[in-house]
Amino acid sequence: MNDPVAYAVTAYALVAAAYAGWHLWREAPFSNGLFYVVSVLELLLIALLVGGSIALAGTERDVDGVLFISYLVTTLVIPPAAILWGVAEKSRWGSGVVVVAMLTVAVLVIRVLGIWQGAYV
Amino acid sequence: MSESSRSTPTSSGFGRALVALYAVFALAAAARSIYQLSAKASEAPVAYTLSAVAGIVYVVATYALATDRRQLAVATIGFELAGVLGVGVLTLVDGELFPDATVWSDFGAGYGFVPLVLPFVGLWWVRHTRRRSGG
Repeated sequence: MNDPVAYAVTAYALVAAAYAGWHLWREAPFSNGLFYVVSVLELLLIALLVGGSIALAGTERDVDGVLFISYLVTTLVIPPAAILWGVAEKSRWGSGVVVVAMLTVAVLVIRVLGIWQGAYV
Repeated sequence: MSESSRSTPTSSGFGRALVALYAVFALAAAARSIYQLSAKASEAPVAYTLSAVAGIVYVVATYALATDRRQLAVATIGFELAGVLGVGVLTLVDGELFPDATVWSDFGAGYGFVPLVLPFVGLWWVRHTRRRSGG
C-alpha cells in the first residue's frame, strides 16, 4: 500500500466532510448529493481493503496484519452507518452525522497508513 | 405524539451528531481493548483493563443517548468525565502505571482531546434537551 493512495482517500474523506459541513452551515439536511459523495467514499474504501489485502500478502515488511485488516474493515462500516443515521434525521444535523463520520474515516485511514509503516502498535 | 408535553429526545437534532460521535468512541475504545487484551494482556494490565472499562462506558453512554435514557446517560457520562480527568492526572503523575496508552491517557491527547470535551458536551446536551421541554 503506497502513501499517495492513502493520502488521496484521506483527502477525499476531508472534502466529503467539508461538503457535509457546508450542508450543516446552510442548515440543509442530508441530500442526494451527500449520498453520492459518501457512496463514492465507500467504493474507495472497498478498493483500499482489496488493495491493502493484496499488498499485505505480498509484503516483506513487519506489519501487524490483524490490526491492519481490522482497521480497513472498520472504515467500511462507517459510510453506510452515516447514510442510515443521516437520512433518518430530518434536520441539519443529519448532515452533522456525516461530518463526524467523514472525519472519522480520514483519521482511520491515516492510522491504517501508520500501521502499514509500523508506526502504530 | 404530543411534542409539547414531552422533552426533546436526546437522540434528535444535534443529539444525533453527538450520538454518532459517541458511537465512534465506543467503537474505538472497545475495539482497541479487545485487541489489546487478546494480543498482549500481560504487557500493561492496568492500561488495558482501563481501555476495556472505557470501551464499556462509551458503549453504554451511546446506547443511553440514542434511546433517550437520561439517568443512565448522566451516570455514564459522569463516569466518563471522572475517568478522563482522573486518568489524565494519573498519566502525568505516574507514567509507569500506563506503559501503553488508553483513550483517556494525557486527557485524551492521542484523540485530539475529544475525550476531554465530549463528556462536557454530553452533560450539557442532556440538560439542554430537558430544559427545552418547559416542564
